[in-house]
Amino acid sequence: MPDEAALRTADPGWRLRAAVAGRVALAAFGGYGVAALATAFLSLVLPMARSEAVATATLLSFAILVGAVIWVFSARTLARAALGLAVPGGLLALGLWLALTLVETVPAA
Amino acid sequence: MAWLHTWAGLVTGWVMFCVFVTGTATYYRSDISLWMRPEVRAAAVEPGVAAERGAAYLKVHAPKAVAWFVSLPQEERPLLDVYWFDSFDTPIKQATLDAGTGQLSTARATQGGDFLYRFHFELQMMPLVGRWIVGASALILLVALVSGIVTHRRIFSDFFTFRRDKSAQRGWLDAHNVTGVLALPFHLMITYTGIVTLAFTLMPWGIASAYRGDELRLFVESGQSPAWRAAAGRPAEGLPLAPLVARAQGEVSEPLEMVIVNNPGDAAATVVAVFEEPKGLAHRHPQVVFDATSGDVITRLGTLKPAAHVFTSFLGLHEAHFAGPALRVLFFLCGVMGSATIATGLVLWAVARAPKAGAAPGFGLRLVRGLNLGTILGLPIGIAAFFLANRLLPVELDARATWEGGVFFGAWGVAALVSLARPHARTWREMGMAAALLFLAVPVVGALTTDRGLDFLGFDAAMVAIGLLLAWGARKVSRYRGPARARAAVPDALARA
Repeated sequence: MPDEAALRTADPGWRLRAAVAGRVALAAFGGYGVAALATAFLSLVLPMARSEAVATATLLSFAILVGAVIWVFSARTLARAALGLAVPGGLLALGLWLALTLVETVPAA
Repeated sequence: MAWLHTWAGLVTGWVMFCVFVTGTATYYRSDISLWMRPEVRAAAVEPGVAAERGAAYLKVHAPKAVAWFVSLPQEERPLLDVYWFDSFDTPIKQATLDAGTGQLSTARATQGGDFLYRFHFELQMMPLVGRWIVGASALILLVALVSGIVTHRRIFSDFFTFRRDKSAQRGWLDAHNVTGVLALPFHLMITYTGIVTLAFTLMPWGIASAYRGDELRLFVESGQSPAWRAAAGRPAEGLPLAPLVARAQGEVSEPLEMVIVNNPGDAAATVVAVFEEPKGLAHRHPQVVFDATSGDVITRLGTLKPAAHVFTSFLGLHEAHFAGPALRVLFFLCGVMGSATIATGLVLWAVARAPKAGAAPGFGLRLVRGLNLGTILGLPIGIAAFFLANRLLPVELDARATWEGGVFFGAWGVAALVSLARPHARTWREMGMAAALLFLAVPVVGALTTDRGLDFLGFDAAMVAIGLLLAWGARKVSRYRGPARARAAVPDALARA
C-alpha cells in the first residue's frame, strides 16, 4: 500500500480516504468474486472425479482469495489493482461459461 | 503491508479473540460438559442395548419422524442423546435420556461445553449469520497473518527480542511478536483449517456449478454419507437394533458412536451404524448401512478418495480429536498463545496511538480502548459467570439451559458497559481482579453445591490457574510505572537538582 506515511497524519484528506475505501471494497468483493469464479470453474474442469474436483477447488479457493486481497493492497495504484483482478476474473468467467455449456452436470444416478 | 496487517488485525481482533478463547476451551469440551452435569456418572451400557433404549423412546415420542439419531453413551459423555426430524423442512429435535433407564434424564438442563463450542463458530447467533461473521473474520485474520509475515523481514531475530523495559509500546510489540511467532504454524493451521470447516458456507460455488447446488450428493459421491433411500410408503416392522449393531461391530474395530434409523417403520427403512474416527488425522466415520427389515448390508463407507481425505484431514486437524492428553495440552497452550497474540495486538494498537501527555484521547481511541477492555476481560468474566450459574441456578428452573447462556451474556454485557464508560488503566486492574475472583470462586462454589469430592480435580485446577494468571496480570498492570529507562532517569535528575 503506497502513501502509508500520509495515512499516519492527523487528517489524511478525502482523496486518500476514498482510495483506501476503494481498495477495501475491491479486495472484499473483487477478491471474493475471483475466488468464487475460480472455484466454480475448477470444480467443472479439474481432471478428477466430480466430488474430488469440488473438494480440491474449494480448498484452493481460500488461498486464491488471500492472494487476491494481498495483491489489491500491494499494487501501486487502484487502477492497476483492479486490472489485476479483472483480467483473471474475465478469463475465469469465460472459462466457466464454456465449461457450463460443455461439461455434463446433470446429476449422475 | 504493515498498514494492512494493522487494520485487518484491528477490525477482526475482537471477534477473533472470542473465537480463539472459546475454541481453546472447546479442546476440553467433554470435560466441561462432565463438570456441568455433576449428577451424571459414567455407567457401562452395551451399545446395542442403549441403541434399543433410544429407539424405544423415539417410537413413542416421534413415530412419524423421517429419521432417528441415537447418540450412544461414551466414557466422556455418559448420556443417551436422541434426535429426530419430523420432516426435512423442520428443525432437528432433541431429547437427553438417562443411558441406564432410557427415560428423560433428570440431570440439570445445561448445554455444557457445547455452549462454548457453538459460540466458537456461531457466536450464539442465527447459525448462518454467526458462521458468516466468524468465517469472514477468519479470512481477514488469514490476510493479517500473511501480511504480518511479509512485514517481518527480521522474523528470526525479532523472535529473540524482548524489550520489555524500553518503552510500553516496544514491550507490547515484542509480546505480540513472541506469542505470534512462537506458535505461528499453529495460528496459520488453525485459521486455515477453521475456514475449511465453514468452506461450503463461505464458498458454495463449486457445489453450485458441479452439483447444481445439491450438497447431499457431493457427500454421497465422496463416500462420506450413504445415499438416501426414499420411503416405500408401506409400513413394516424393523428388526431389533442390537443384533444389527453387533454385526456392524464385528466388522469395525472403532467404538460405535451413533445409530441412525432412516424412515423408521417403513418397508424401505435403513439402519446406519456410525463409528468413531479411526486413528489418524482424517475426520471420517466408518459406517455400515443395513436394510432395516431384511438385515442385508446395503453399503459400507470407510476409505475416501485423496482430495476428500485431505479435506477431512483439515477438519480433523482443526478439531484435534486424534490428540492424546499431552498433545491436547500443547494444542490448548497454542490456543492460549493465539488468544494472547490477538489481545496484545489490540492493546498495541491503542498504546501506539496514545495521545501526548495532557491531550484528550479522540473518540476512535476511546472506542478501541473500551472494546479492548470489554472483550479481553469481559469474555473471561462471562465464562466464569456461566460456570458459576451452572452451580447456582436452581436445578428445576424452567428453560434453565437458556438462563445459563443469559448469565454469560449478562455478566459480559455489564463488564463491557463498564469498560466503555471508563476505559482507563484502573479499570483494567479492577476488572482483572474481578475476573480472577470469579474464576477462583468456581471450585469453591462447586465444592459447596455438589458432592463429587475430588472427581473434578483437573477442572478445578484449571480454574485456579486461570484465576491466578488473571490476578497476576492485574497486579502487573497496577504496578507498571512506565519504561525502566524513564524511571531510572527520574532519581538522576533529582540528584542533579
